[in-house]
Amino acid sequence: MTNNKLNKNEWPLWEVFIRSKAGLDHKHAGSLHAADAQMAIENARDVYTRRMEGVSIWVVESKQIHASDPGQSESLYEPASDKVYRHPTFYDLPDEVKYM
Amino acid sequence: MAVQSFQEHFDSLIDRDISIEPKDWMPDDYRKTLIRQISQHAHSEIIGMLPEGNWITRAPSLRRKAVLLAKVQDEAGHGLYLYSAAETLGISRDEMYEQLHTGKAKYSSIFNYPTLTWADMGAIGWLVDGAAIMNQVPLCRTSYGPYARAMVRVCKEESFHQRQGFEIMLTLSKGTEVQRKMAQDAFNRWWWPSLMMFGPPDAESPNTEQSVHWRIKRFTNDELRQKFVDVTTEQAKVLGLEMPDKDIKWNEERGHYDFGTINWDEFWNVVKGNGPCNKQRIDARKKAWEEGKWVRDAAMAHAEKRKQKANNVQAA
Repeated sequence: MTNNKLNKNEWPLWEVFIRSKAGLDHKHAGSLHAADAQMAIENARDVYTRRMEGVSIWVVESKQIHASDPGQSESLYEPASDKVYRHPTFYDLPDEVKYM
Repeated sequence: MAVQSFQEHFDSLIDRDISIEPKDWMPDDYRKTLIRQISQHAHSEIIGMLPEGNWITRAPSLRRKAVLLAKVQDEAGHGLYLYSAAETLGISRDEMYEQLHTGKAKYSSIFNYPTLTWADMGAIGWLVDGAAIMNQVPLCRTSYGPYARAMVRVCKEESFHQRQGFEIMLTLSKGTEVQRKMAQDAFNRWWWPSLMMFGPPDAESPNTEQSVHWRIKRFTNDELRQKFVDVTTEQAKVLGLEMPDKDIKWNEERGHYDFGTINWDEFWNVVKGNGPCNKQRIDARKKAWEEGKWVRDAAMAHAEKRKQKANNVQAA
Protein backbone atom coordinates (compact mmCIF):
# COMPACT_ATOMS: atom_id res chain seq x y z
CA MET A 1 0.00 0.00 0.00
CA THR A 2 3.03 2.19 -0.22
CA ASN A 3 4.87 3.71 -3.12
CA ASN A 4 8.40 3.15 -1.96
CA LYS A 5 11.16 4.15 -4.26
CA LEU A 6 12.13 1.02 -6.11
CA ASN A 7 14.96 -0.76 -4.44
CA LYS A 8 15.83 -4.01 -6.04
CA ASN A 9 17.75 -5.40 -3.07
CA GLU A 10 14.97 -4.77 -0.61
CA TRP A 11 12.73 -7.68 0.29
CA PRO A 12 9.15 -7.05 -0.87
CA LEU A 13 6.62 -5.56 1.51
CA TRP A 14 3.72 -7.70 2.79
CA GLU A 15 0.50 -6.77 4.53
CA VAL A 16 -0.34 -8.95 7.52
CA PHE A 17 -3.85 -9.96 8.58
CA ILE A 18 -4.48 -11.77 11.87
CA ARG A 19 -7.46 -13.77 13.08
CA SER A 20 -7.43 -13.18 16.83
CA LYS A 21 -9.59 -16.21 17.61
CA ALA A 22 -11.61 -18.83 15.80
CA GLY A 23 -14.88 -17.40 14.55
CA LEU A 24 -13.60 -13.87 13.97
CA ASP A 25 -12.43 -12.15 10.79
CA HIS A 26 -8.82 -11.65 9.87
CA LYS A 27 -7.95 -8.05 10.60
CA HIS A 28 -5.14 -5.91 9.23
CA ALA A 29 -2.28 -5.86 11.75
CA GLY A 30 0.51 -4.09 9.88
CA SER A 31 3.18 -4.83 7.35
CA LEU A 32 6.66 -6.28 7.10
CA HIS A 33 9.37 -7.23 4.64
CA ALA A 34 10.09 -10.83 3.62
CA ALA A 35 11.65 -12.63 0.69
CA ASP A 36 8.63 -14.89 0.13
CA ALA A 37 5.21 -15.79 1.53
CA GLN A 38 6.49 -18.44 3.89
CA MET A 39 9.04 -16.08 5.42
CA ALA A 40 6.37 -13.40 5.64
CA ILE A 41 4.18 -15.74 7.72
CA GLU A 42 7.10 -16.68 9.96
CA ASN A 43 8.08 -13.05 10.47
CA ALA A 44 4.46 -12.06 11.07
CA ARG A 45 4.30 -14.68 13.80
CA ASP A 46 7.31 -13.08 15.54
CA VAL A 47 6.36 -9.46 14.94
CA TYR A 48 2.59 -9.51 15.42
CA THR A 49 1.70 -12.47 17.66
CA ARG A 50 4.11 -12.40 20.60
CA ARG A 51 1.23 -12.26 23.09
CA MET A 52 -1.28 -14.75 21.73
CA GLU A 53 -2.84 -12.14 19.45
CA GLY A 54 -3.68 -14.66 16.79
CA VAL A 55 -4.65 -18.16 15.72
CA SER A 56 -4.28 -17.61 11.98
CA ILE A 57 -2.22 -15.36 9.72
CA TRP A 58 -2.77 -14.15 6.17
CA VAL A 59 -0.07 -12.35 4.24
CA VAL A 60 -0.57 -10.50 0.96
CA GLU A 61 2.11 -8.77 -1.02
CA SER A 62 1.39 -5.07 -0.59
CA LYS A 63 1.59 -4.37 -4.32
CA GLN A 64 -1.35 -6.76 -4.84
CA ILE A 65 -3.70 -4.60 -2.80
CA HIS A 66 -5.89 -2.17 -4.69
CA ALA A 67 -7.43 0.64 -2.69
CA SER A 68 -10.21 3.12 -3.33
CA ASP A 69 -9.28 6.74 -3.90
CA PRO A 70 -9.99 9.09 -0.97
CA GLY A 71 -10.76 11.79 -3.58
CA GLN A 72 -13.83 9.79 -4.56
CA SER A 73 -15.20 9.45 -1.04
CA GLU A 74 -18.13 11.71 -1.78
CA SER A 75 -19.41 9.85 -4.81
CA LEU A 76 -18.76 6.47 -3.22
CA TYR A 77 -20.17 6.87 0.25
CA GLU A 78 -22.41 9.91 0.43
CA PRO A 79 -25.39 8.46 -1.46
CA ALA A 80 -25.90 6.11 1.49
CA SER A 81 -26.41 8.94 3.96
CA ASP A 82 -29.92 9.89 2.73
CA LYS A 83 -31.19 6.32 2.77
CA VAL A 84 -32.12 6.09 6.40
CA TYR A 85 -34.98 3.75 5.46
CA ARG A 86 -32.33 1.03 5.20
CA HIS A 87 -32.17 0.98 8.99
CA PRO A 88 -34.81 -0.77 11.12
CA THR A 89 -35.19 2.27 13.41
CA PHE A 90 -36.70 4.21 10.48
CA TYR A 91 -40.01 2.36 10.96
CA ASP A 92 -42.48 3.27 13.71
CA LEU A 93 -44.39 0.29 14.99
CA PRO A 94 -46.94 0.09 17.83
CA ASP A 95 -45.47 -1.06 21.16
CA GLU A 96 -47.70 -4.12 21.26
CA VAL A 97 -45.91 -5.68 18.32
CA LYS A 98 -43.48 -8.19 19.77
CA TYR A 99 -40.53 -10.11 18.37
CA MET A 100 -39.82 -7.76 15.48
CA MET B 1 -9.34 20.04 -6.65
CA ALA B 2 -6.92 22.93 -6.67
CA VAL B 3 -4.01 22.95 -4.22
CA GLN B 4 -5.87 25.44 -2.11
CA SER B 5 -8.83 23.14 -1.66
CA PHE B 6 -6.57 20.15 -0.91
CA GLN B 7 -5.05 22.24 1.87
CA GLU B 8 -8.49 23.29 3.10
CA HIS B 9 -9.68 19.71 3.13
CA PHE B 10 -6.57 18.63 5.07
CA ASP B 11 -6.98 21.46 7.58
CA SER B 12 -10.61 20.59 8.14
CA LEU B 13 -9.71 16.95 8.86
CA ILE B 14 -7.07 18.08 11.37
CA ASP B 15 -9.50 20.55 12.98
CA ARG B 16 -12.15 17.88 13.35
CA ASP B 17 -9.58 15.46 14.77
CA ILE B 18 -10.07 12.99 11.92
CA SER B 19 -7.08 10.78 11.11
CA ILE B 20 -4.98 11.39 8.04
CA GLU B 21 -4.38 8.15 6.12
CA PRO B 22 -1.58 7.28 3.65
CA LYS B 23 -3.55 7.97 0.48
CA ASP B 24 -4.92 11.32 1.71
CA TRP B 25 -3.38 14.51 0.39
CA MET B 26 -1.05 16.09 2.94
CA PRO B 27 1.27 19.11 2.92
CA ASP B 28 4.91 18.25 2.15
CA ASP B 29 6.10 19.57 5.49
CA TYR B 30 3.61 17.40 7.36
CA ARG B 31 4.94 14.37 5.51
CA LYS B 32 8.56 15.38 6.13
CA THR B 33 7.97 16.03 9.81
CA LEU B 34 6.32 12.64 10.21
CA ILE B 35 9.04 10.78 8.33
CA ARG B 36 11.63 12.45 10.54
CA GLN B 37 9.78 11.76 13.77
CA ILE B 38 8.64 8.19 13.03
CA SER B 39 11.96 7.03 11.62
CA GLN B 40 13.82 8.61 14.53
CA HIS B 41 11.46 6.78 16.83
CA ALA B 42 12.04 3.47 14.99
CA HIS B 43 15.81 3.95 15.10
CA SER B 44 15.58 4.57 18.85
CA GLU B 45 13.83 1.25 19.35
CA ILE B 46 16.46 -0.60 17.33
CA ILE B 47 19.49 1.15 18.87
CA GLY B 48 17.77 0.81 22.24
CA MET B 49 18.24 -2.97 22.07
CA LEU B 50 22.02 -2.58 22.28
CA PRO B 51 22.56 -1.26 25.85
CA GLU B 52 20.27 -3.98 27.22
CA GLY B 53 21.58 -6.71 24.96
CA ASN B 54 24.81 -6.13 26.86
CA TRP B 55 23.27 -7.78 29.95
CA ILE B 56 21.27 -10.69 28.54
CA THR B 57 24.05 -13.22 29.05
CA ARG B 58 24.78 -11.88 32.52
CA ALA B 59 21.26 -11.58 33.94
CA PRO B 60 21.31 -12.75 37.58
CA SER B 61 18.63 -15.44 37.20
CA LEU B 62 16.79 -17.40 34.54
CA ARG B 63 13.64 -15.38 35.26
CA ARG B 64 15.45 -12.08 34.74
CA LYS B 65 17.06 -13.41 31.58
CA ALA B 66 13.76 -14.56 30.07
CA VAL B 67 12.20 -11.19 30.89
CA LEU B 68 15.10 -9.20 29.42
CA LEU B 69 15.06 -11.30 26.27
CA ALA B 70 11.32 -10.71 25.86
CA LYS B 71 11.78 -6.98 26.39
CA VAL B 72 14.56 -6.69 23.83
CA GLN B 73 12.50 -8.74 21.37
CA ASP B 74 9.60 -6.34 21.91
CA GLU B 75 11.88 -3.44 21.08
CA ALA B 76 12.80 -5.08 17.79
CA GLY B 77 9.08 -5.46 17.14
CA HIS B 78 8.39 -1.82 18.02
CA GLY B 79 11.11 -0.73 15.60
CA LEU B 80 9.46 -2.82 12.88
CA TYR B 81 5.94 -1.45 13.52
CA LEU B 82 7.33 2.06 13.28
CA TYR B 83 9.48 1.49 10.20
CA SER B 84 6.45 0.20 8.35
CA ALA B 85 4.37 3.17 9.49
CA ALA B 86 7.07 5.48 8.08
CA GLU B 87 7.14 3.50 4.83
CA THR B 88 3.50 4.40 4.20
CA LEU B 89 4.77 7.97 3.74
CA GLY B 90 6.91 6.99 0.77
CA ILE B 91 10.37 6.42 2.22
CA SER B 92 11.90 2.96 1.83
CA ARG B 93 13.28 0.84 4.66
CA ASP B 94 16.73 0.86 3.09
CA GLU B 95 16.73 4.64 2.85
CA MET B 96 15.96 4.86 6.54
CA TYR B 97 18.76 2.44 7.43
CA GLU B 98 21.07 4.45 5.22
CA GLN B 99 20.15 7.63 7.11
CA LEU B 100 20.79 5.93 10.43
CA HIS B 101 24.12 4.48 9.40
CA THR B 102 25.42 7.74 7.93
CA GLY B 103 24.31 9.77 10.95
CA LYS B 104 21.80 11.78 8.93
CA ALA B 105 18.94 10.48 11.08
CA LYS B 106 19.08 10.72 14.84
CA TYR B 107 17.87 8.40 17.57
CA SER B 108 17.21 9.05 21.22
CA SER B 109 20.44 10.27 22.84
CA ILE B 110 19.84 8.22 25.96
CA PHE B 111 21.10 5.09 24.23
CA ASN B 112 24.53 6.63 23.89
CA TYR B 113 25.15 6.08 27.59
CA PRO B 114 26.82 2.85 28.77
CA THR B 115 25.15 0.16 30.90
CA LEU B 116 27.74 -0.38 33.61
CA THR B 117 25.95 -2.60 36.14
CA TRP B 118 22.92 -4.86 36.39
CA ALA B 119 21.10 -2.05 38.20
CA ASP B 120 21.15 -0.16 34.89
CA MET B 121 18.63 -2.70 33.57
CA GLY B 122 16.36 -1.63 36.41
CA ALA B 123 16.95 2.09 35.91
CA ILE B 124 16.43 1.86 32.15
CA GLY B 125 13.13 0.02 32.53
CA TRP B 126 11.88 2.32 35.25
CA LEU B 127 13.13 5.68 33.95
CA VAL B 128 13.88 5.37 30.25
CA ASP B 129 10.83 3.26 29.46
CA GLY B 130 8.83 5.38 31.88
CA ALA B 131 9.79 8.53 30.00
CA ALA B 132 9.13 6.79 26.70
CA ILE B 133 5.63 5.79 27.82
CA MET B 134 4.93 9.36 28.93
CA ASN B 135 5.87 10.48 25.41
CA GLN B 136 4.11 7.66 23.63
CA VAL B 137 0.68 7.50 25.25
CA PRO B 138 -0.45 10.81 23.69
CA LEU B 139 0.94 9.58 20.34
CA CYS B 140 -1.76 6.88 20.29
CA ARG B 141 -4.04 9.77 19.24
CA THR B 142 -1.61 11.43 16.86
CA SER B 143 -3.16 12.66 13.62
CA TYR B 144 -1.45 10.22 11.23
CA GLY B 145 -3.37 6.93 11.28
CA PRO B 146 -0.58 4.37 10.72
CA TYR B 147 1.60 6.05 13.36
CA ALA B 148 -1.24 6.14 15.88
CA ARG B 149 -2.05 2.46 15.29
CA ALA B 150 1.60 1.48 15.69
CA MET B 151 1.73 3.44 18.94
CA VAL B 152 -1.36 1.71 20.36
CA ARG B 153 0.42 -1.58 19.87
CA VAL B 154 3.68 -0.25 21.32
CA CYS B 155 2.01 1.22 24.41
CA LYS B 156 0.15 -2.00 25.16
CA GLU B 157 3.45 -3.84 25.27
CA GLU B 158 5.55 -1.16 26.91
CA SER B 159 3.99 -1.15 30.35
CA PHE B 160 5.57 -4.48 31.32
CA HIS B 161 8.94 -2.97 30.40
CA GLN B 162 8.59 -0.27 32.97
CA ARG B 163 7.20 -2.56 35.64
CA GLN B 164 9.98 -5.13 35.27
CA GLY B 165 12.52 -2.30 35.61
CA PHE B 166 10.88 -0.99 38.74
CA GLU B 167 10.82 -4.50 40.15
CA ILE B 168 14.60 -4.83 39.61
CA MET B 169 15.12 -1.48 41.37
CA LEU B 170 12.85 -2.53 44.23
CA THR B 171 14.65 -5.84 44.73
CA LEU B 172 18.04 -4.11 44.75
CA SER B 173 16.95 -1.29 47.03
CA LYS B 174 15.59 -3.78 49.55
CA GLY B 175 18.70 -5.97 49.26
CA THR B 176 22.17 -5.71 50.76
CA GLU B 177 23.95 -2.40 51.24
CA VAL B 178 26.02 -3.03 48.11
CA GLN B 179 22.87 -3.71 46.08
CA ARG B 180 21.17 -0.60 47.41
CA LYS B 181 24.20 1.49 46.47
CA MET B 182 24.18 -0.04 43.01
CA ALA B 183 20.53 0.95 42.56
CA GLN B 184 21.23 4.50 43.78
CA ASP B 185 24.22 4.81 41.46
CA ALA B 186 22.17 3.70 38.45
CA PHE B 187 19.40 6.14 39.43
CA ASN B 188 21.97 8.95 39.67
CA ARG B 189 23.40 8.22 36.25
CA TRP B 190 20.11 7.75 34.37
CA TRP B 191 18.00 10.48 35.96
CA TRP B 192 19.24 13.52 34.03
CA PRO B 193 19.54 11.81 30.63
CA SER B 194 15.95 10.59 31.16
CA LEU B 195 14.74 14.16 31.63
CA MET B 196 16.56 15.09 28.43
CA MET B 197 14.56 12.43 26.56
CA PHE B 198 11.64 14.85 26.34
CA GLY B 199 13.72 17.08 24.09
CA PRO B 200 14.85 20.69 24.38
CA PRO B 201 12.80 23.23 26.38
CA ASP B 202 9.71 24.52 24.55
CA ALA B 203 11.33 27.90 24.02
CA GLU B 204 14.12 26.24 22.04
CA SER B 205 12.12 23.57 20.25
CA PRO B 206 11.43 24.99 16.79
CA ASN B 207 9.22 22.10 15.64
CA THR B 208 6.92 21.85 18.62
CA GLU B 209 4.42 24.55 17.74
CA GLN B 210 3.79 23.29 14.21
CA SER B 211 3.60 19.68 15.42
CA VAL B 212 1.05 20.58 18.07
CA HIS B 213 -0.95 22.47 15.44
CA TRP B 214 -0.96 19.41 13.18
CA ARG B 215 -1.90 17.27 16.16
CA ILE B 216 1.20 15.15 15.65
CA LYS B 217 2.22 16.12 19.16
CA ARG B 218 -0.44 16.52 21.81
CA PHE B 219 1.68 17.99 24.60
CA THR B 220 4.86 20.04 24.60
CA ASN B 221 8.25 18.76 25.75
CA ASP B 222 8.12 20.74 29.00
CA GLU B 223 4.60 19.60 29.87
CA LEU B 224 5.55 15.94 29.51
CA ARG B 225 8.85 16.42 31.36
CA GLN B 226 7.02 17.98 34.31
CA LYS B 227 4.55 15.11 34.43
CA PHE B 228 7.43 12.64 34.44
CA VAL B 229 9.22 14.44 37.28
CA ASP B 230 6.00 14.49 39.32
CA VAL B 231 5.23 10.78 39.06
CA THR B 232 8.82 9.56 39.24
CA THR B 233 9.66 11.54 42.37
CA GLU B 234 6.79 9.79 44.14
CA GLN B 235 7.92 6.39 42.84
CA ALA B 236 11.46 7.01 44.14
CA LYS B 237 10.01 7.29 47.64
CA VAL B 238 8.66 3.74 47.36
CA LEU B 239 12.16 2.60 46.47
CA GLY B 240 13.62 4.59 49.36
CA LEU B 241 16.20 6.10 47.02
CA GLU B 242 17.45 9.65 47.13
CA MET B 243 16.56 11.99 44.25
CA PRO B 244 19.69 12.79 42.23
CA ASP B 245 18.61 16.45 42.21
CA LYS B 246 19.06 18.60 45.33
CA ASP B 247 16.63 21.18 43.97
CA ILE B 248 13.63 18.87 43.76
CA LYS B 249 10.92 20.47 45.85
CA TRP B 250 7.12 20.33 45.90
CA ASN B 251 5.65 23.63 44.80
CA GLU B 252 2.24 23.98 46.44
CA GLU B 253 1.23 26.88 44.26
CA ARG B 254 2.00 25.17 40.95
CA GLY B 255 0.88 21.77 42.14
CA HIS B 256 4.10 20.32 40.69
CA TYR B 257 7.63 19.51 41.74
CA ASP B 258 10.22 22.17 40.95
CA PHE B 259 13.46 20.69 39.73
CA GLY B 260 17.04 21.71 39.00
CA THR B 261 18.58 22.94 35.77
CA ILE B 262 19.21 20.40 33.05
CA ASN B 263 22.65 20.43 31.50
CA TRP B 264 21.63 21.15 27.91
CA ASP B 265 25.25 21.47 26.78
CA GLU B 266 25.67 17.80 27.61
CA PHE B 267 22.49 16.99 25.69
CA TRP B 268 23.56 18.81 22.52
CA ASN B 269 27.01 17.35 22.78
CA VAL B 270 25.61 13.80 22.82
CA VAL B 271 23.19 14.63 19.99
CA LYS B 272 26.15 15.84 17.93
CA GLY B 273 27.81 12.45 18.34
CA ASN B 274 30.12 13.00 21.28
CA GLY B 275 28.36 10.85 23.88
CA PRO B 276 30.19 7.96 25.53
CA CYS B 277 28.83 5.28 23.14
CA ASN B 278 27.66 7.01 19.93
CA LYS B 279 30.33 5.43 17.78
CA GLN B 280 29.99 2.00 19.35
CA ARG B 281 26.20 1.96 18.77
CA ILE B 282 26.35 2.93 15.10
CA ASP B 283 29.27 0.60 14.45
CA ALA B 284 27.26 -2.29 15.91
CA ARG B 285 24.30 -1.50 13.64
CA LYS B 286 26.48 -1.14 10.55
CA LYS B 287 28.27 -4.39 11.31
CA ALA B 288 24.97 -6.25 11.67
CA TRP B 289 23.69 -4.72 8.44
CA GLU B 290 26.81 -5.45 6.41
CA GLU B 291 27.34 -8.94 7.75
CA GLY B 292 23.70 -9.78 7.12
CA LYS B 293 23.87 -8.75 3.49
CA TRP B 294 24.66 -12.21 2.11
CA VAL B 295 21.69 -13.64 4.04
CA ARG B 296 19.30 -11.05 2.59
CA ASP B 297 20.67 -11.60 -0.91
CA ALA B 298 20.55 -15.39 -0.61
CA ALA B 299 16.95 -15.36 0.63
CA MET B 300 15.92 -13.12 -2.25
CA ALA B 301 17.76 -15.28 -4.80
CA HIS B 302 16.11 -18.39 -3.37
CA ALA B 303 12.66 -16.81 -3.56
CA GLU B 304 13.28 -15.69 -7.15
CA LYS B 305 14.42 -19.16 -8.14
CA ARG B 306 11.36 -20.81 -6.65
CA LYS B 307 9.09 -18.32 -8.36
CA GLN B 308 10.85 -19.04 -11.66
CA LYS B 309 10.43 -22.78 -11.18
CA ALA B 310 6.73 -22.42 -10.40
CA ASN B 311 6.29 -20.31 -13.54
CA ASN B 312 8.10 -22.89 -15.66
CA VAL B 313 5.86 -25.67 -14.36
CA GLN B 314 2.78 -23.61 -15.18
CA ALA B 315 4.05 -22.81 -18.67
CA ALA B 316 4.86 -26.45 -19.42
